[in-house]
Amino acid sequence: MKMNNTRASASLKEMIHVAHVDKFYGDFQALSDVDLSVNQGERIVICGPSGSGKSTLIRCLNGLEFHDAGEIIVDGISVEEDSKHLKTLRQEVGMVFQQFNLFPHLTILENLTIGPMKVRKIAKAEAEKRARLYLERVHIPEQADKYPAQLSGGQQQRVAIARSLCMETRIMLFDEPTSALDPEMINEVLDVMVELADTGITMVCVTHEMGFARKVADRIVFMEAGRIMETATPDKFFTNPDSERLKLFLGQILDH
Amino acid sequence: MQKFLKRLHWLDYVIVALVLVAVVFVIQRVGGTLNYNWRWEKIPNYIFRYREDQERWVANLLIQGLVATIRISIYASILALVLGVILGVARCSANLAVRMLARTYLEFLRNVPPVVVIFIFFFFLSEQIIAALNMERWARGIARSDDNQIWTFFFGDMRRFPALISGVIVLGLFQSAFVGEIVRAGIQSIDKGQREAARSIGMSRFQELRYIVLPQALRKVLPPMANQFISLVKDSSLVSLISVPDLTFKTVELVASTRMIFEAWLVAAAFYFVICFSLSMLFRRLEQP
Repeated sequence: MKMNNTRASASLKEMIHVAHVDKFYGDFQALSDVDLSVNQGERIVICGPSGSGKSTLIRCLNGLEFHDAGEIIVDGISVEEDSKHLKTLRQEVGMVFQQFNLFPHLTILENLTIGPMKVRKIAKAEAEKRARLYLERVHIPEQADKYPAQLSGGQQQRVAIARSLCMETRIMLFDEPTSALDPEMINEVLDVMVELADTGITMVCVTHEMGFARKVADRIVFMEAGRIMETATPDKFFTNPDSERLKLFLGQILDH
Repeated sequence: MQKFLKRLHWLDYVIVALVLVAVVFVIQRVGGTLNYNWRWEKIPNYIFRYREDQERWVANLLIQGLVATIRISIYASILALVLGVILGVARCSANLAVRMLARTYLEFLRNVPPVVVIFIFFFFLSEQIIAALNMERWARGIARSDDNQIWTFFFGDMRRFPALISGVIVLGLFQSAFVGEIVRAGIQSIDKGQREAARSIGMSRFQELRYIVLPQALRKVLPPMANQFISLVKDSSLVSLISVPDLTFKTVELVASTRMIFEAWLVAAAFYFVICFSLSMLFRRLEQP
């Protein structure tokens, strides 16, 4: 873990730059004055109580939602609603959703190839080769010809991860990837994510899985009421948190 | 059959008996009081007719009409589907002007009687377009040429081509509004996570629609869509009002010249019934995987 930290700080290229970001839903302020900087290869875990704005923040990073004030720059591209570069940005940023969101009318293989083929204009044979490679990486090569509904939740989520990987993105966003899973399937997905973390990809992950956070995160971000309350390395985060609110939160989720 | 009979309650027999009595009564009234002269034996001649000069059987009025109805229904369905998908997509557009335009078109068609719509479309659109394109002369040219088999196969008598096309356009435009509503419902039933997933792998709005949303939406709305196409076949009878020689138009002609009111209309009804009922059976088959 120490080694990870040094590696992350060594590569100084800033991949995600969030500064003074506000976001409103009507009168409700979902994000207020959020600052976050993520370097290339860094693994960030965002946690916090529900409604704290974690998902909103991560969805703003690839333009599924748009912030109202401040600036977000991802991989050198400013995230704005009318930006012409939005498509390019999304090709470089993978997203894994809580509800998997696989395409139910396509087979697993087609789910993985449709992005590379239609968006990146890669030939079918090449795209399928790549898809099988990544299915291997998430340990379900034998499911290629099935449909999403025929797979378990854990398998579906691993396919969703493979789908993002097939786009060969440099940044991966995870929006509570294990929250919709039955308990016995959580670990198979986390294992894949830990393996992924070792490849040097930039990861931002919203999750309540503190074991995972401790294992892979370079920094853990704690959010509450749309604000970032504390950012710390896992060591400090779990053993010596600064804010009272984080102590309370950790007490609630770790005491079971 | 045994099982079926066992499932019938004695009350069911009473109902069947009452219906039979009612039917007999109606036939009695028509035959007795109206003094109607049934001439069923003449009908087959208007379905197929033997042409002595050519020494072969040819389709007569009713079959000509039936074939025209089938042609119009098929082409109008295709037109309605294409326009309907565009309209459905427009109804879900992010652009307010596009949405309003689509909504206006739809509300106009939904709140005006179909016959009125058909007359308006016919006089303002079809006639204008057909006159502008000089289609009349073009079609007559093809009708006169020798190698017009393909044209005739697809469009029947080419001299009536402008009428057929008017019918197809009018019916297609009119039905597209309803198809559009079905498509819209289908698009809106697709979970927004699907769109987000499509967008997050870098798809454009068009790709998202083309590869992810529409394939799922159209599959979902297959049952109501099938119903709409059956309605379309029935509504195709309305185009007889603008002199499209479909089954209804031909039946009117037949009745006018022979006074065989009941026979002719009952045969026409049977033809429509057979088409629509077979279609609904077919669609029911398709829906069961």
